[in-house]
Amino acid sequence: MSDTPAIELHDVVKQFGATYAVDHVSLQVGDGEFFSLLGPSGCGKTTTLRMIAGFEYPSHGEVLIHGRAMAATPPHRRPVNTVFQSYALFPHMSVAQNVAFGLQMKGVPKHELGPRVQAALEMVRLDGFDQRRPREMSGGQQQRVALARALVNQPEVLLLDEPLGALDQKLRKEMQFELKRLQHRVGITFIFVTHDQEEALTMSDRIAVMNQGKVLQVGSPTEIYERPTCRFVADFIGETNFIEGQVVAHDGGYATIQSHDGLELRGVTPRPVSVGAHATLSLRPEKARLLTPDQAQSVQETFRLAVKVELVSYIGSDTRITVRLNAQRTLDVWEQNTRSTLDRNAYWQPGEDAVLVCPPENALVLVE
Amino acid sequence: MIQRKPARWLSQALRSYAILVYAFLYLPIVVLVIFSFTRDEFGVRWTGFTLDWYIRLFNNPRLMGAAVNTLIVGVASTLVATLLGTLLALALERYRFRGRGAVDGLLYLPIVMPEIVMAVALLACSALAFDLINALTGHVLRRNLVTVTIGHIAFSISFVTVVVRASLKHFDRRLEEAAADLGANSWQIFWRITFPLILPGVIGGALLAFTLSLDDFIISLFLSGPGTSLLPVEVYNRVRRAITPEINAISTLMLLLSITLVVLSQLAQRRR
Repeated sequence: MSDTPAIELHDVVKQFGATYAVDHVSLQVGDGEFFSLLGPSGCGKTTTLRMIAGFEYPSHGEVLIHGRAMAATPPHRRPVNTVFQSYALFPHMSVAQNVAFGLQMKGVPKHELGPRVQAALEMVRLDGFDQRRPREMSGGQQQRVALARALVNQPEVLLLDEPLGALDQKLRKEMQFELKRLQHRVGITFIFVTHDQEEALTMSDRIAVMNQGKVLQVGSPTEIYERPTCRFVADFIGETNFIEGQVVAHDGGYATIQSHDGLELRGVTPRPVSVGAHATLSLRPEKARLLTPDQAQSVQETFRLAVKVELVSYIGSDTRITVRLNAQRTLDVWEQNTRSTLDRNAYWQPGEDAVLVCPPENALVLVE
Repeated sequence: MIQRKPARWLSQALRSYAILVYAFLYLPIVVLVIFSFTRDEFGVRWTGFTLDWYIRLFNNPRLMGAAVNTLIVGVASTLVATLLGTLLALALERYRFRGRGAVDGLLYLPIVMPEIVMAVALLACSALAFDLINALTGHVLRRNLVTVTIGHIAFSISFVTVVVRASLKHFDRRLEEAAADLGANSWQIFWRITFPLILPGVIGGALLAFTLSLDDFIISLFLSGPGTSLLPVEVYNRVRRAITPEINAISTLMLLLSITLVVLSQLAQRRR
């Protein structure tokens, strides 16, 4: 590892005609980091990746790999390799020939090819598959071949473009684990493009959340989830209740907002706010608690919203409850089913009166 | 949609009809093949089996000469037309350039244009070229195998391009990106990835061009010179005098070659 970032983007712009696919993005990815670009489709994450790979050139700004400017470097001379969403395995070559391709292009001597290809296939647990054709393999196996084909070149950075997108749920989980394991083992910087927030949270050291060509927030999975700095990030990662209003007071990292329907709610402010600003309170459904009016008497928490239970969905690990606050507004609360019981009274019933409580450190006040 | 089974009589009628249509298509050919083995010297009655006509055929210098000419022209025109047609297909599929729409549209013209038009045009063109060469260098040129070959190339290119383009349409460009990503330059990408993958299309196009050249009559008649006639023209010249089992025999051989080529081209294109 060195102090030079593996990847640096300086104010990178990519224009297609009049539209900005990537809009003034600056990023630094540290050596050995597992870094994700997360966002909805069309947010510019794949275009960003393709500019690092060299398939697209920035309209403005600079891409640096380990401190070296890449403006004049075509894809085949960049020290990066890509795992494509469609795998893009060469259908007319065997698995071994696919994996050997990059080494041959680099002019690795013939006698070294065999052992290195074998080692790469072992690394992805595909030893013995070397003579197969890609089309004779399952999606998961093809995925591993694509990984081996990229990693065998020992790139400085591995770029992964939604590599798990085509796999079914179970295989996806397996491959997520496998990718993490591989990354630890080879110590290469991974840049991982995904639209799946859970996948990004599970695997990444850091995540850049993108929307409409812009990077909205960069941070660790906990930072992104617990301290989103804007409404889009709070909304895109996980689920949340939003209550809009105006800031009426703030002090020492907290702020109080008054909602349009007259509620006064307090929460943490990830970014500085000023009185009178338009703000949104974000309250994650698992961070609020639902108490009976009796229980609520003895609890010291700032939020105390009298609500009526409207909808109860039991989903096994959790019970998801929709409560009605007033004619205009409902909120979602998730309760973990920590007790194993068939007792009907242990669960909320529609129509019951309840009190929603939440300490201010569990809610967020977001300004745009 | 509900599919009802047709009534028994109707289904039998349909079957007979289908048999009749195929008989109409193939009976003459079957008769031709059978009569290439008959002993009857007019080749119109069955009087017993013989291979004589095939043996005579191979001993006939005029027919054999025409056959060799046909093969030379076929191979030469196929090679050139395949090269040019493939390059044209790559240009049309891969690049945007001024006039691409026009080039694209004009590509299909030689396929739909009556062959006689093309033959007359090529003839006029060659006459003009010969006059020019004569005026400039004093050489007197005559139509020969080269002129026929050029004519065959001219009409084959479109067919090759159409077939190769079809295989390029299905080509996944991401494979080329993947190859570049793995360190291949443009030249290596073409020879290691693109070309092997479109090869079935190129072979299919080449076989089609060869088949077309093999049985071309009109352009061959117009553009070949004295003593350099091709097989279809030679066969026609003989038939004008009399139909002999010899003609039946050579037609059977040409049929066999055509079928082989068509089957090969189908196989080449299926192997994707």
